[in-house]
Amino acid sequence: MPYRFLEDVAIADVAFEAEGRTLPEVFEASALALTEVMVDLDGLSPVLSREITLTAEDLETLLFRWLAELIYLKDSACLLFCRFQIAIREGTEWELQATVWGEGIDYGKLPLKLDVKAVTYHLFVIEQIPAGWRARVVLDI
Amino acid sequence: MEAKKIAEGIWEVPRTAKEGMLVPARIYATDKLFKEMDQGVFEQVTNVACLPGIQKYAICMPDGHWGYGFPIGGVAAMDTKTGVISPGGIGFDINCGMRLIRTNLIEAEVKPKLRDLIDRLFHAVPCGVGTKGFLKLKEDEFREIMVQGAQGIIRRGYGWPEDAERMEDAGRIPGADPAKVSPKATSRGIHQLGTLGSGNHYLEIQVVYPGNVYDADAAKAMGIDRDFQVVVMFHCGSRGFGHQVGTDYLDLFGPAMKRYGITIRDRELACAPFASPEGQDYFKAMVCAANSAFANRQMVTHRIREVFSDVFKRDARDLGLDIVYDVTHNIAKIERYQVNGEEKELLVHRKGATRSFPPGHPELAERYRATGQPVIIGGSMETGSYLLIGTAKAMEESFGSTCHGSGRTMSRTAAKKKVHGRDLLQRMEQKGIYVRAASFAGVAEEAGMAYKDISDVVEAVETLGISKKVVRLQPIGNIKG
Repeated sequence: MPYRFLEDVAIADVAFEAEGRTLPEVFEASALALTEVMVDLDGLSPVLSREITLTAEDLETLLFRWLAELIYLKDSACLLFCRFQIAIREGTEWELQATVWGEGIDYGKLPLKLDVKAVTYHLFVIEQIPAGWRARVVLDI
Repeated sequence: MEAKKIAEGIWEVPRTAKEGMLVPARIYATDKLFKEMDQGVFEQVTNVACLPGIQKYAICMPDGHWGYGFPIGGVAAMDTKTGVISPGGIGFDINCGMRLIRTNLIEAEVKPKLRDLIDRLFHAVPCGVGTKGFLKLKEDEFREIMVQGAQGIIRRGYGWPEDAERMEDAGRIPGADPAKVSPKATSRGIHQLGTLGSGNHYLEIQVVYPGNVYDADAAKAMGIDRDFQVVVMFHCGSRGFGHQVGTDYLDLFGPAMKRYGITIRDRELACAPFASPEGQDYFKAMVCAANSAFANRQMVTHRIREVFSDVFKRDARDLGLDIVYDVTHNIAKIERYQVNGEEKELLVHRKGATRSFPPGHPELAERYRATGQPVIIGGSMETGSYLLIGTAKAMEESFGSTCHGSGRTMSRTAAKKKVHGRDLLQRMEQKGIYVRAASFAGVAEEAGMAYKDISDVVEAVETLGISKKVVRLQPIGNIKG
């Protein structure tokens, strides 16, 4: 798994660390960790898709907005996503374009777990490591 | 970090402990709870003590633990003229709170129908990931709810006229401005009124056992008037609407802090001067979310009355399903306190802390003016809960605040490794507690062992005098979000 959940950090919430060789990979791993909190990923199918475009003045804010957008779609459109195709560009500002695949929240069918309220900036990091990129995120439960 | 015991139940970290602290930090705890307090609390409460405009001291309650930004159990009062407002001092779940409903029923009448009652409530009050409520509102109607709160719901026929006076701020905080709410927040929350949510949110059927009433007069004034009386307690907030308001403004406050030259120790403590346009905009949007939380709990109340009425084939009024009270424990409110001999208008942030106003406080409704404000303290799903009342000491010591619950001691990930949800449900059933849950993993994370002993927490606030015990309530049925 390109992510792991951290014990004993912000104990009422859920913290994870995600890694990737590239920025799109670490954004994908972070999205998978977020979704894994809410549903058993094995039970989620990529039956519909959405396009997401985001911009931000820095990389931290871009990752925050990316995860916040997925949380927003969970409540507003009742959708959870399990497959991600992401492109990230650095220009005058950071830009993300993604196609995301998933399915609608169906109580009878999906192995749902915990609801995520929000992505927090507590201990929030996205940084370069020898193997690529690492992010640490605390989610409000 | 060194903290010194300065009085029974009060530990103080001096201003000199960390660069940038403007005031000391106080942790309220018994010796036992203090020893067990996690290190995150000390780091976070001293970070809060660095925020501009903070008065007297930054506080952490005995149920405190490591949160994001502020510790959970945090109280910080800022000067409204010179201080800041911080979404991280309120939480994303704006006006997450507790409501308690009494009944005329006793345990022996409810036990034979308990499964039916819980099963029906489980469907009537949707819980879990991304759930929708049954109330369909248009956008302009939802904007009305942002202003009118629970009163707007009662006006629509989902409540009784006297319900509002049994809530903090009569279920409607003034100052809401829906124009300060993003379209995203509206679209995220518009379908969720009447839902419980997830995490530590729950709805519980509880019993007042003989021997668990500590102040019979106060209990009677709150409608707790018989042995084995059954009550319904639930814990939920503003759902996706409030979460999005918090997210939107946390994002906006980063650049605002640069403009105002504010530096902070944790990006989650993002803030803006309360008097600034950004600070005022957030406050007005936060009040919209707070009012929608009161509205949410009112819709849940309506559903509870319907279900009880169906199951017992009696009118909800005949069953005596009156609201005892409704408190918010994630909020910032404008209140007045004495600071160094001078009365000041302050913005009191409570993040996992409950208002605790004393008898005679002018903001209390007539009904509780003589008794003091009911304070509802929700325990873990296994261990029980408490009803307290506010005191004059809270006004002097803790900006009219007290604790809010048990407080976690173990992370969700760690709790899941120690116990499986299915085993926990069986164990609780053996104890006579019937549970329905949205997910087994969620149940395991809420096991009693993951929390402090609620009686220790309540003893700590009673010893300190910032609230007073009235009744202990024990669960017999639980719906876990």
